[in-house]
Amino acid sequence: MSFAKYKAQPLIKNVSRRDVLKGIATGGGLVVAAQFLPSMAAADGGHVNQYKTGADGMPGGVVWNPQVYVSIAPDGTVTIVSHRSEMGTGSRTSLPMVVADEMEADWSKVKIVQAEGDEAKYGNQDTDGSRSVRHFIQPMRWCGAATRAMLEQAGAVHFACSNMEVRAENHKVVHIPSGKSVGYGDLAKIAATMKVPSLKQITLKDPSQFRYMGKGNVAIYDMRDITMGTATYAQDVRIDGMKYAVVARPPVLGGKAVKWDEAAAMKVPGVIKVVPINGTPMPAKFAPLGGVAVVANSTWAALKGREALKVQWDDGPNKVYDSVKFKAAMAEQARKPGKIERNEGDFEAALKTADKVIEREYYVPHGSHATMEPPAAVAKVADGKAEVWACVQSPGGTRGDVAANLGIPEKDVRVNVTLLGGGFGRKSKCDFALEAALLSKAMGGTPIKVVWTREDDIQHAFYHSVSYQHVTAAIDKNKKVIAWRQRSVSPSLMSNFMPDPKRESALELGLGLIDTPFNVPNLRLETGEAVAHTRIGWFRSVNNIPHAFAMQSMVGELAAELGKDPKDFLLEMIGPGRIVDPRKTVTSELWNYGDPFETYPIDTARMRAVVERVAKEAGWGKKLPKGEGMGIAVQRSFQTYVASVVHVKVDDKGNVSVPRVDTCIDCGFHINPERIQSQIEGAAVMGLSIAKFTQITFKDGRVQQSNFHDYPVLRIGQGAMDVRTYIMPHPPEVPAAGVGEPGVPPFAPAFCNAIFAATGKRIRELPLGDQLSA
Amino acid sequence: MKLKVNQQERSYEGDPQMPLMWYLRDELGLTGTKFGCGTGLCGACTVHVDGKAARACVTPMADLSGKAVTTIEGLSADGNHPVQKAWRAANVPQCGYCQPGQIMNAAALISANKNPSDNQILEGMQGNICRCGCYQRIFAAIKAAAKEA
Repeated sequence: MSFAKYKAQPLIKNVSRRDVLKGIATGGGLVVAAQFLPSMAAADGGHVNQYKTGADGMPGGVVWNPQVYVSIAPDGTVTIVSHRSEMGTGSRTSLPMVVADEMEADWSKVKIVQAEGDEAKYGNQDTDGSRSVRHFIQPMRWCGAATRAMLEQAGAVHFACSNMEVRAENHKVVHIPSGKSVGYGDLAKIAATMKVPSLKQITLKDPSQFRYMGKGNVAIYDMRDITMGTATYAQDVRIDGMKYAVVARPPVLGGKAVKWDEAAAMKVPGVIKVVPINGTPMPAKFAPLGGVAVVANSTWAALKGREALKVQWDDGPNKVYDSVKFKAAMAEQARKPGKIERNEGDFEAALKTADKVIEREYYVPHGSHATMEPPAAVAKVADGKAEVWACVQSPGGTRGDVAANLGIPEKDVRVNVTLLGGGFGRKSKCDFALEAALLSKAMGGTPIKVVWTREDDIQHAFYHSVSYQHVTAAIDKNKKVIAWRQRSVSPSLMSNFMPDPKRESALELGLGLIDTPFNVPNLRLETGEAVAHTRIGWFRSVNNIPHAFAMQSMVGELAAELGKDPKDFLLEMIGPGRIVDPRKTVTSELWNYGDPFETYPIDTARMRAVVERVAKEAGWGKKLPKGEGMGIAVQRSFQTYVASVVHVKVDDKGNVSVPRVDTCIDCGFHINPERIQSQIEGAAVMGLSIAKFTQITFKDGRVQQSNFHDYPVLRIGQGAMDVRTYIMPHPPEVPAAGVGEPGVPPFAPAFCNAIFAATGKRIRELPLGDQLSA
Repeated sequence: MKLKVNQQERSYEGDPQMPLMWYLRDELGLTGTKFGCGTGLCGACTVHVDGKAARACVTPMADLSGKAVTTIEGLSADGNHPVQKAWRAANVPQCGYCQPGQIMNAAALISANKNPSDNQILEGMQGNICRCGCYQRIFAAIKAAAKEA
């Protein structure tokens, strides 16, 4: 087995920030070193984008005002607000790093404070959809550049010279003629009297002047706390007078607790109270599932109390949910004409002229995020006000949901964001925070910490949707694919928000189905019906996973059928470099990740380039020993292009190892290559978990898995230990795109294409499990 | 009963079946020992008991009479244990939640075997799950730390 040498880079460390984290954990909230510019009027809104993104259309839109984001203490410490949640992607470091770079701050003198949920103040905070850098790189650059301009003006006052004679440089302003300088700390007071410049008045740095952007020379801000065990996640929050709660939730969605042994629970030493929680019929958004809570003096007592409850449930209609039967029903749907979602040419006519027709079906089961930190929240609801501490991806949304569930105005709700021990979409849904708030209210204002166990997490998630894909391709005499029809059947996550649409919505169709760039003259994409019997959620890259699995596997199958090289044939399917615009051929709308198509078009030249680069780096085409093979796949998702080559080794017992993965990512202009690399490495590990292991199944409406013994995820040494990342370089003018999610979709099809290359066996259902050894 | 936690004498009179993890987290406020699975399957709660790695979530208090427990907070006075330093140098963490358990497990592994082979590292770390997928760097950090220790 070989492992990539990970080259450690010299990294810049920050001043201690322990006090700041303590501040959050004890309810002190936002700690600001010094009020910077308290009396200034707001800047001019920040709606003059260099290029347009969907940021303006998100709740809260864009805020880039230095008054909101930056403060400077007399000792020179620069405090920058992180308004996005940190779940491991690095955005808590990367966005403040952009501000620091533009304002010429010395990173070793920068502190970061985490914003509370307040989208009117900070702009959109919904840390989801791989949007943090994509939507906020420009506003954070403006913020930093505006701060720099104000510090330079302050420097001119200090030196009694013109603005032309000063220059901000690494935490000080230099008087150019004399070479004298003054530190940012000494200028803070004067700078506070300067007007925030408008967008027209600020100048962004030239890339040649960047200190941190694009360099990968900055350690994640919480590195020291994480390695010392002092970083605070929601599971770790402790506040005065806090009690602990666990909840027995209905095992079947929509079920109700009909009977429980309250007396037995109360007998457990430490148990304080048993509190029923009402469920909400679907569509319930993120409302709690309901059930029976046990409040106690310790987590242990609460757990013992819950065991003693022995709740009897009325399961309700979703008791019918059975994954085996449901798969058969989905297959039936996928085999008959569906609702046309995008149509080009004449599929039926092309089929009649075809030399060969190939039909294949692919299945991807439900999955669960299984964040290492199970969901948790602390809430204190008293005197008509609520304060929450939670590991939530969307603190602004959580604030609104807490207010709505308690029936109090949003202004009376404060949501403090801890670090998130993993998110992957699970923590976009704040049901656990709502449970804490409702319980604290029911307990008359006692602060309550709701702890989810691993079993709670795996059995009551918002599941990655199950999916069945039926693909038909027609080939002519010249070995060209002349027609492609793909039917996608998958319960919709929109069932949380509206009456179940029973098929993928525009949002889900835009995740790799109707946005396909394939260069096929007769193209038809359809959906079939599938009812949601559980809470469907979004899971890192969402429907891109099944859509890419089917499409990219089918490309591999067709290449084999036609005797073509899989990489060459993939490029043939993508076609020449061009902008693919499906907007006129979709039947409803093309959801482009919420962004304008003009800024983020479907650019096949960029898609081809990542395929060609990764093939070259991986040594595509080289002769491999028997039992080994390489597979390739590509996907555009979250405005980013990612191609992977997975190298597998299959032994004579059917055990598959993955000695190497090569991945090329084009995410436009990039600012933190070190974190991009870590996201790509992590995506390979998660991708391999999806491809080999993870599967949630239902019987009698209940989830059959409960912990890591029956929901295994990848462990160290089980593959993807040598992941090599290649990042396409671009200047700032090329819009920055997503990073957290796009590494996942190409992995499973590249892996299964590699298994085919190694063994001649085609895997069409995930996970692989023992399909090769059975 | 009496036990030591991070070299400090403690006495405990509660439920002997309560796992050490909840004692550390809820009673002592040592929240660096993380709750991940509660069944000894993920390693997030790894501590040292008399110098050996143990899963605090499945170690009942009854087993700890007279024992010395070390948590991530007590691994080193200044956070500069060779494993902690190697973790920072290799930029290991993503979300960071599993890392105290990974570090405690790696520290025990290196303490027991100054020169672990690649396979010994992989086998020794099998019980520690990282959902973010930092394994490649965890491996590199342990290799580096073993060299320094």
